[in-house]
Amino acid sequence: MILARPRALRKNGVLSMNKRNIDYIGRYNQRKFYKRVDDKLSTKRLAVANGIAVPDLIGTIFVQHAINDIPKMVRGLPGFVIKPAKGSGGKGILVITKMEGDRYFKPNGDEVLHDELYRHVSNVLSGLFSLGGNPDVAIVEGLIQFDPVFEGYSYEGVPDIRLIVFKGFPVMGMLRLSTAASDGKANLHQGAVGVGIDIGTGKGLHAVQFDNPLDFHPDTQKKLTAIAVPEWDTLLHTASRAYEMSGMGYLGTDMVLDKNRGPLLLELNARPGLAIQIANNRGLLGPLQHIERLGDEPMSVEDRVTYSKEHFCF
Amino acid sequence: MHSKKPFYILVALLFILGVSTCLYRSVEHHVPFLPGQQVQSWAVDAKVSFQGSGKPVEASFSLPQDPAYEVLVENTTSPGYGFSISNADNQDKRAIWSKRAASGRQDLYYKVTLIPTGQTKIAASEEPDAPTPYIWPATEKAAAEQVTQEVWDHSATNLSFAQQLNKEFNATERSQNVELLLSGNSATKLFINILHNKAIPAREVSGLYLEDQRRRQELVNFVEIYNEGQWYLFNPNDGTQGRPENLLLWGQSGKSVLDVIGGTNSQVSFSMLQDTRSALATSIDILRNNDALSFSLYQLPLEEQSLFKGILLIPIGVLMVVFLRVLIGIKTSGTFMPVLIALAFIQTTLFTGLVGFLLIVACGLMIRAYLSQLNLLLISRISAVIIVVIGIIGVFTLLSYKLGLSEGLTITFFPMIILAWTIERMSILWEEEGPKEVVIQGGGSLLVATLAYLAMSASWVQHWVFNFLGIHLIILALVLVMGQYTGYRLLELRRFKPLAGE
Repeated sequence: MILARPRALRKNGVLSMNKRNIDYIGRYNQRKFYKRVDDKLSTKRLAVANGIAVPDLIGTIFVQHAINDIPKMVRGLPGFVIKPAKGSGGKGILVITKMEGDRYFKPNGDEVLHDELYRHVSNVLSGLFSLGGNPDVAIVEGLIQFDPVFEGYSYEGVPDIRLIVFKGFPVMGMLRLSTAASDGKANLHQGAVGVGIDIGTGKGLHAVQFDNPLDFHPDTQKKLTAIAVPEWDTLLHTASRAYEMSGMGYLGTDMVLDKNRGPLLLELNARPGLAIQIANNRGLLGPLQHIERLGDEPMSVEDRVTYSKEHFCF
Repeated sequence: MHSKKPFYILVALLFILGVSTCLYRSVEHHVPFLPGQQVQSWAVDAKVSFQGSGKPVEASFSLPQDPAYEVLVENTTSPGYGFSISNADNQDKRAIWSKRAASGRQDLYYKVTLIPTGQTKIAASEEPDAPTPYIWPATEKAAAEQVTQEVWDHSATNLSFAQQLNKEFNATERSQNVELLLSGNSATKLFINILHNKAIPAREVSGLYLEDQRRRQELVNFVEIYNEGQWYLFNPNDGTQGRPENLLLWGQSGKSVLDVIGGTNSQVSFSMLQDTRSALATSIDILRNNDALSFSLYQLPLEEQSLFKGILLIPIGVLMVVFLRVLIGIKTSGTFMPVLIALAFIQTTLFTGLVGFLLIVACGLMIRAYLSQLNLLLISRISAVIIVVIGIIGVFTLLSYKLGLSEGLTITFFPMIILAWTIERMSILWEEEGPKEVVIQGGGSLLVATLAYLAMSASWVQHWVFNFLGIHLIILALVLVMGQYTGYRLLELRRFKPLAGE
């Protein structure tokens, strides 16, 4: 059988795309708050105002002629990242990890010529990567010095931690590790490895690549389920606080661990994908319905994290 | 969580409204459910002939008026005659031929094409006036009154009176009274006279038996009896009651079928032919005759009609896209791009369309690869791609013309802006995610476009969306319902297979 029986999936609480769209995104995410998460610049400002750590903002490019200011902007830095403010699914992110004078290099060692850089930023401003093709803004961010705890777990990229936060409760977590197949990107559909993380302990549970279970990282051969994410409590707290900050009931938070600064909030996602279920080898529907049953009694961030750790661990 | 009741009521209303307008169209306007459906029609020729004597002539001929047959086309052939159709009180439709001087044998023709409607009852629009009683000649008075009284005693209503009388006329052993009366009168006249004396409205009508390829047929006399808003047909000559199959009522007014003033030896004979014709064309003709085209797209000028034939296919394509995305889970590049491609396929046919599409996109991608090195702004790059696409289309059209491939000429039907965006998206996708994703999304789009094309090009679908506008309300209801579907998509059953725990 290639197909699963719908009843078996329902029994295991697997959330479907249609149900996510109608019953969770449609019901708990108010349209007026979308700007806060779809625009990374807004997210960044909001996060700073709420005391949540984010990667350094080096500068923003609003108009075409400002593109030529980038070399001046980044001079003397170890590297930088250019992102479209309204990009989705990791599209249009350019990472420069090495600079030799005015020459820029990508994580895989390829040089990025100035023309290429110019064209890339120009495309960003024209809205090529933004939802609906609207004109956009390019953000120049500082490079993240990723925590050596993940050394050997990630190939040419920054591992990031995705948490699904429902009404302020972190309900499911996943560590995304880039691979050679994913070209250093942390998106699962591009071939990154997803490791389900136990909400209670921050330890690895189960790992997948291209929706298939695996035990070892395909490039580094390290055992994936042996991972334990440090500063797990801080991550849970930051994610939980993102609920009040964004106003989104059904939210995906993407965070990275910086060697020096600890957990940084990369971006928020109002339409987090469903692959996290495969990485965790369990459905989201159970925890989501559990929280829906709690009602609307307000709880503090502290209480919510404690509650989640108690109820959604393995 | 708000109630979903109003939503389901809305959907149900749309659905019911859609179905009932479709049914109305089928029942009331006889629009066939399937294209290419045929209906029977009858072509009847009436030949009126008489001897002219050089004096002014006026021939008045009653015309068919029968709810069981709809007149589709009627015309006359009568060289040298003035012609008009009179229709007194919508009751008595007559053709009138006139000429100042006619001598010798005159032949006038009236041709009519009729469609059976299946409406065999004859409803009376208004209650007829009470008939004037007939005064019997002294020799028949006693017999007539006796027969009337006898039948009256054995009956309860006007209808049963007529039935009993009809039976009496045609009994194997008729009473002496009836024999006496019939010897001096025709059965039809006698029947009507007896009924009139009992104040029962009755009239003589003429009917024509329609049989394929018959000539020189004559009208047959019948009697109509009024009872509670309806006329009932009797034939006192053979004792039958009700309408025989394939009977066309010719004159219903009770007046004579043919009156000729200024001519002698007049007579009328009929010939007829059965024919089949397109049910759709027939119903359109009937609608046009009745001026009942309102709420039908057939009243638009032909150009707009053909435009709408295309536009009304879009809901089918959209439904297909919604179905394939929501229930199956196929990825496409651009939400409704496949529908537009499918519309182009309708013009180009599927195979030419697919080949043309792939050729254009492939050429476009190559040229786009060059453009991407020029560091252009997005807007001018897309514009450049549009112009290049037009160029490619032009070149392919010319090439196929030179090579004598007429299919290639239809390539111009592709929407150029959509193609340009498709090329741009595919090109970005190629750079960002590699050729595999281009094949997946491009293939998905083409698959959806092909399926949408297959749905849209089915002849019965084209028939339905144009002739039964209610179908669009049903599609709307379906789209709304699918918008509420929270179950698994077919492809999710495969994707989440590891989570089924089997």
